Formats: sequence, C-alpha cells, structure tokens
Amino acid sequence: MKRRDFVQLTGMGLGAMMLPFSTMGSNIAAEALLEPGLDVAAKKILADVALNTARNLGASYADARIGRYLNQYVFTREDKVQNVVNTESFGIGIRVIAEGTWGFASTNDVTEDGIKKATSQAVAIAKANSKIQKEPVQLAPVEAHGEVSWKTPIKKDFKEIPVSQKVELLLDANSAAMNNGANFVNSSLFMVNEQKYFASTDGSYIDQDIHRIWPTFDVTAIDRTAGKFKSRSALSAPMGMGYEYLDGLESEKLVGPAGLKLYRNSYDIIEDATLAAKQAKEMLTAESVQPGKYDLVLEPNHLGLTIHESVGHPLELDRVLGYEANYAGTSFATLDKWKSGDFKYGSDKVNIVADKTQPHSLGAVGYDDEGVKTKKWDLIRNGILVNYEAIRDQVKIIDQNESHGCCYAQSWNDVQFQRMPNVSLEPGKEKYSVEEMIKDVEKGIYIAGRGSYSIDQQRYNFQFGGTVFYEIKDGKIVGMLNDVAYQSNTQEFWNSCVKICDESDYRLFGSFFDGKGQPPQVSAVSHGSSTSRFKDVNVINTGRSI
Amino acid sequence: MAIYTEQEAREILDKAMSFSKADACVMYLSGSESGNIRYARNTVSTAGHQSNQSLQVVANYGKKSGTATIDEFDDDSLQSVVKRAEELAQLSPENPEFMDPLEPQTYDKPVNYVEATANIKPEYRAEVAASSIKPASEQDVTAAGFLDDGASFRAMLNSKGLYAYDKSTSVDFTVTMRTNDGTGSGWVTRDYNDISKFDPEEASAIAIEKAVLSKKARAIEPGRYTVILEPAAAGDLLRNMYRSLGARTADEGRSFMSKEGGGTKLGEKIVDERVNIWSDPLHPDVPTATWNGDGLPLKKTTWLENGVVKNLAYDRYWASKSGVDPVPFPPNMIMEGGDMSREELIKSTKRGILVTRFWYIRSVDPQTLLYTGLTRDGTFYIENGEIKYPVKNFRFNESPIIMLNNLEALGEQVRVNGSLIPYMKIRDFTFTSLSDAV
Repeated sequence: MKRRDFVQLTGMGLGAMMLPFSTMGSNIAAEALLEPGLDVAAKKILADVALNTARNLGASYADARIGRYLNQYVFTREDKVQNVVNTESFGIGIRVIAEGTWGFASTNDVTEDGIKKATSQAVAIAKANSKIQKEPVQLAPVEAHGEVSWKTPIKKDFKEIPVSQKVELLLDANSAAMNNGANFVNSSLFMVNEQKYFASTDGSYIDQDIHRIWPTFDVTAIDRTAGKFKSRSALSAPMGMGYEYLDGLESEKLVGPAGLKLYRNSYDIIEDATLAAKQAKEMLTAESVQPGKYDLVLEPNHLGLTIHESVGHPLELDRVLGYEANYAGTSFATLDKWKSGDFKYGSDKVNIVADKTQPHSLGAVGYDDEGVKTKKWDLIRNGILVNYEAIRDQVKIIDQNESHGCCYAQSWNDVQFQRMPNVSLEPGKEKYSVEEMIKDVEKGIYIAGRGSYSIDQQRYNFQFGGTVFYEIKDGKIVGMLNDVAYQSNTQEFWNSCVKICDESDYRLFGSFFDGKGQPPQVSAVSHGSSTSRFKDVNVINTGRSI
Repeated sequence: MAIYTEQEAREILDKAMSFSKADACVMYLSGSESGNIRYARNTVSTAGHQSNQSLQVVANYGKKSGTATIDEFDDDSLQSVVKRAEELAQLSPENPEFMDPLEPQTYDKPVNYVEATANIKPEYRAEVAASSIKPASEQDVTAAGFLDDGASFRAMLNSKGLYAYDKSTSVDFTVTMRTNDGTGSGWVTRDYNDISKFDPEEASAIAIEKAVLSKKARAIEPGRYTVILEPAAAGDLLRNMYRSLGARTADEGRSFMSKEGGGTKLGEKIVDERVNIWSDPLHPDVPTATWNGDGLPLKKTTWLENGVVKNLAYDRYWASKSGVDPVPFPPNMIMEGGDMSREELIKSTKRGILVTRFWYIRSVDPQTLLYTGLTRDGTFYIENGEIKYPVKNFRFNESPIIMLNNLEALGEQVRVNGSLIPYMKIRDFTFTSLSDAV
C-alpha cells in the first residue's frame, strides 16, 4: 500500500493498524456529525448538472455520486483515552463513458461550476484514453429506478450517543481485562456513516444512508521471567448495524466449547474482555501443538476469514480476467472451470451464496454504486462452481445480461469498481449442534476467532491461524493449544468439508478494511456460516526460538 | 498549485498562529500533487490525478488536545479552524501522555526533491505504459502495471516558534508480466525521488524475461533450502523487523526485543556479525525528510552494528519517562552489502533457490517475529552455480532474526521501496509447502 495514502494511527499497540487516510476527510466536532447534509432535492439538481454536462460533451453514459462520509473512531489503552477522531468528507465523483472508454473525476467543490469542471475533466480523460483502448466498455442494462431511497435498519444512531458513553464502555472493558490478569489492553470503536446520493443517465436517483460499527480489542498477558507474551483479540464482528450492536443482549449469546462466549447480532464487550484476559494468561502455559493431520472444527468468526480469502476473492471476476494481476493477483477459478459446469470447488455439502441484502451484514445496501438493485445469488451449489461476482461492464463476459450489483467506491473521490459482496456458507439443513460435532471427532482442533492469514496470488495455497485453539480427543475438548496454523489448498480444503452445523449456530464474521486496487481502496464485507468440520487438514507448529 | 514554497508556507502558518489562544498549539500544513496510470490486459484501465492541501491545527489546554483541519487558507478560514481546534480541546478528555511542544530545532537541508519528477505530465505516464505493453505483446506476454508519481511539501509551526519545512518527490513503478499460456509470471519494482534515473524499458524487459524463464515450473519438495533473496524479497521481510524496533513495547515485555527475566536486548548480538543496518535521511540514493512529525531532527542512526542492537526507537513521551533522549523511528533502512553481483552469488551456489519476491507476508508469532508468505513471479532452482529451471512457488514460515543468523553472503545493494537492501544468500530458509499459483 502506498505510504502517502495511509496514515498510521498511533495507540493501537501491537500490530498498529494502517487506516485509509483518504476516506477520513476533515476533523470535526462530534456534535457536527449530527448536522444534516444537503437535502435530496438539492442533490438532484447538482447531480443533474453533472449528467447534463456529460451528455452535452458527448458522453454516452454518466453517473454522479454525491457523498458525505462521516466517521467516528475512539481509541483507548488500559485506563487512558488515546484518541477520539470525528471526520467528515463531502464531495462528488463523476464517471462517464465517452468514445467507449471510462473517465472519472471528482471534486469537493460541489457547486454548479465545480461540477461542470470535474465533468469536463472526466470526459477529457475518457477521450484521451480511448486512443489506446482495445476493449470498448459495454454496460449490461439496468432498470431505471426513479427517485428512491434506502437506509440501514438501525435502532441506535452512533452519532446520537455521547462520546463520553463510548469512552466509558471501552474503559470499562479495559478495566475488566486488567482485573482479570491482563498486563495490557488496547480497545477501539470504529463507526461509519455513508450518506450517498447516486444519479445516472439511465434514470435513477438513489439516496442511501449506510451505517457500520466495529468494537474490538487486544488483551496481552506477559510472563517476564520466561520472556513470553500472548495476545487474545476480541470475538466481536464488525457489523452493518447501529450502536445497538453493543447492547450485549442475552438472547444473542451462544455458549461455545470450553466455556467460550460467542455473539450473534449483539455483543457484550465487557464479558468478552473478561474472558480474553483469562485466556491470554492461559495461553502462556498452554501446550504446543503436535504437527500432523487433524479434523478441524471451525467456528464462524474464524471460518468467515477463510471463506473471504478462499472463496470471496477468487470469484471476483476482475481478478479472474486479469485486471488485478499486478497487485492482488489473478484467480485459479478460471472461466474454463466455470464453463465446464462440473468444477468441484467443494464437497456436496458446500453451498455458498453471495448476498448484498443480508440483514446486519457490512455489505448490505439497497443499490450498489452504479445504481443496480442488490440481490442474492449462488456462487457454489452442491459443491459445483456456478457463478462469479460481477458488475455492469463485466457480466457479458460470463454470458449474463444482469449485473450482480456489487460495484463500490470507498469515497466520492475514488472511482467505483467491482468489490466482494457478502459471501456466506449456508448452514446444514439437518439439526446438528456444535456439541454433537465435537462428539463425532476423534482427533481434532476447535478454532475460534480470526488470526494470522496468508494466501497465494491465485488463491490455491493458504495458511490460517486463529484466536483460540482447543484440542479435541475422542469426542471431548481436552485443553488449550498454542502455535497452531493450518495449511491447505482451496479446492482440497472445501472438498474436505464433511459436516456443517444447523442454522441455530449461524453467525456473521466481518472484514472492515478489505483492501483492493491501485491506488488501494477499502471496503467492508461480511461472511456468514455455522461451525463446520473439515477432515484431515495439515496442521503445522509455528513455535520457534530466537 | 498545491506545492507551497518555504516562504509561502511560513506566511500561512504565521497568520494562523496569530489567532491561537490556547496554552499550546502545533500546526501542520501540507500539500501534494500526484498522478497515476494503471494498465492490465495490455491496455490502459484507469488514470488519475490528485491535488490536495490541508492545514491541521492541534490546540492544547493543559493535557487536553483538539484537532481540526481545513483546506482553505483565507483569513476567515484560518481563524475558524484555530477556533474549532480550541473548542474541541476544551471538550476532550485529558491525555496523560501529552508532551509540551518542542523548542526550535536545527535541521539538515534535505535532498529529496527533484524538479523533473514534479513536472511529470500525463503524456509521460501513457508512454511508460506503452513502453511496457508493446514489448509484452510482441513476446506473447500480458502486461499489468502501475505508475504513481507525486510531489509534496510539509511545514510545521508550533507555539514555541519551532518551524520546519521540506518538499519531496517520488515515483513508484511496478509491473507484472504474465505469459499468455498462463504458466509464467515475472515482476519488477522501481522507485526513485528522481525520475531521470528511471528506465521503463529496462524494467519491463526484466519482468518479461522472468515471465518467459519461469514458464512451466517444476514442483520440488518443500523443506530447508539455501536461498538467494533478491532485494525486493529480503527488504519486505526485514521491513517487518525494522518496524518492531520500538523501545516501549520492548520495555513492556511484548516485543521480540524483550528479554527473558525483564529488560531488552539493547547491546546484545542478535544476528550474524556481518549485519550492519542504519538509517540516513541524507543518503543520496534514498533521501528522506530531515525531521519527523514531532519536529525532531532525523539524523544518521545505527540500529544494528556487527549484529549488535545499537538503538531502540523512543518517542518523546517514552524517552522522558525513561530518562533518555528521544530516538526517532527510522525514515529509511540501509543495510550494508557486499561486492558480489547477482550472477556471482548464483555462481557461488551449489544447490539453492533464487527468489524474486515474497507475497502476502503476515505475522504468525510476534514473540519470535515469525512470518509466513509465499514466493511469487519468478522462483528458480540453482545447481552447480547455474539457474537450472523454474520451480513452483513455496510458502515460507521464517523469522528475519533466524534468517540473518543464517547469513551466507551479501551482494550488491539495490534501492527498493525507499531503502537500500543487498542481495543476500541465506542457508536453511524454511519452506513449508508448495503452491500451484503462477
């Protein structure tokens, strides 16, 4: 990632996070987050300036996105507030097709003059690049939606909750961790509101109000005598929800093996921080894994990342076609495999769907960033690869004439392109609990939460760690393990999926800052699943001494 | 024009500071002009230009601080941004780690701005893309690349009168060449402050050659191998170690620099005695700014000397708490190399693997700095001093500390990603599995 596009926010402790600077905008007061933006009628007039200017300059298509992006981030460590960041970014991005070629320009001068100037720039870029264009753009048809709106169905708007309440919650979680044996704790709360207005020459004027939230922490326990340290991160998931995600409702809690507390659509950060401190301490003396083949029982907040990397990314059609070859890479899931109609991506049990409408998910919107109404579609059915993730200028390549509705830009000043929709593993149809699954395993490892992850540029070979690991022997959890990572090949791994728990265990995992493209853009996406069992997977021991 | 001269920047900052009523205030003014072109499938996919400028004001009352930013610099805007920062400061919680603004400092004159780079035009970017696409299509190869160039300036003024200014230019280029049968892939990276040093034809030719040479790779068993790491590969692994040089996490007992029984490894030999690593903002091949965001001067600093840890980085807060002078984090990395060329290193190798680059490097265990990742875009088997054939990519699990203890030989230095990294030959590098990825 480019150095100048990212600013390192201090205070994240171990593994400081690189956050996208360009999406953050200007610092404002928390109260200013509540100020209303432009009303819909004013946005329509401004968007029409762009569309009319583009038409007059000879563009065959144009869309305009007027965006107001509001962020609030809170960072704490132990008993200290490190940073409270409130930002706003407002502007317009205009995309056109002229002479068969895309052009894009953006400006934060959202006036008639500013918009006309940016639109002319977009058309000029399109015309200049058309001279070396070898593949003229063909857009799949889209319905004219007229004037419509969509809003994330939230119960509590984070902007209306005082900062002091958020700070207090994080500090309470920190103190719960410190009182239960942690030596250090870093906690943070990320909250995002995208107010997006989209208009296109295809006859749509779409106003959307999108909310996302992510509470997270890292708890560290230290044994100074042995010179050892271990960290346990939060078992929360970033969600497409309001502040109500932090209500910690009992009805949304699940009890996992070995006393683990797991969360569906409501998170109890204090309970999780308490357990995290105890587990971090336990990790300091846990047994180091014996490498070899194990049956893996993977919890949804862990399995989500494996789905993301080994199914979500390889089925992005732009990767398959080579547009990401110089950065993220291409894909093993080539068009010939899809065309064959019998490419066995996974076992018969594996049904994987893409869904831009799933409630509480990070990817849920009413319409994508090129005005396509969102939907749900199959990617893998009974183990067979049946479709990709594609947008308007790509679907013709896979003989389809309807976009999948997964076009996205991180901000008004970035051009929209194909991004991963929510990609989820369907739960098993028969009633089957995690308890029963563990009972059926002779030699295995139960893994919960996200950990280290790495996969090759065509998405064959991967290695994943996790947050906590428990050894399973003869149908019982026998203790915590350390130094666990599993290595496999995507097709082999999904074909080793032998059992999936039923929908009572179904939960969402999320990726809040998924990166792609040059210059890089982030997007947020969820992955649902129920705990699943994979047979005979290769586990390595990652312990070393230096 | 978003690149202000030292004088213009000073005038804006002085004006803004005149509105400040807080106990303390620090202001940062910055601006950049950048352009890029992206191509794939042997055709241009996107191109863009960005111009940004902003003033950030950090106002303090006691240990409370507030930050506000603005991108317009007329008197009214300056007055209102200062007022907003002050209002936010009054509302914010106390930061117990707040440090008073620094006294004025003296800085070396930086050498990282080159006018020719600042003057790059869209036509030049299109020519670079064309110079990559044309030879690729002539050799049954498909090019995908990205060129990104920019000029920027930063200025800082605090309420104690510290003023700092610098401007810089940079250009970054990468291209991936894939053979049209899908079995070969090559890659190259180049970065400079001075565009006149960039030869796009030469760079693309190397990537094409690697793509063609890597066609139809053979599978060999994973295990421990002697490797020759090209500087891009070695640099990516070392950068992860370099980022972990902070004194605070070491003192807190949660770094690979923390010692059994407490304390840190400062002063201890942790790698082979031929390893010398330092940072130097004035090095002509990898120049950087001469001050950091705290206003601290950046000077030549030794991090590892003859394998011994010579410095850990201290920010101002941790330095004051520890009773030492601050040691800023390094702006670049310079690792001493040897005289051997890439070819000589290959010639000196009986059996080994040549690695072009690593990909998807992720931390596995921060305790031992263990990382995993994969080789990519040109991995070759060496036998009796010659490249014999391309091999399939490997996944590695390795720590840069173990790697630098297993050092066999150092080769010439090359600039990669703003740092100077030598070719290096390492024994017993741990590859744990094979990948079918091309």
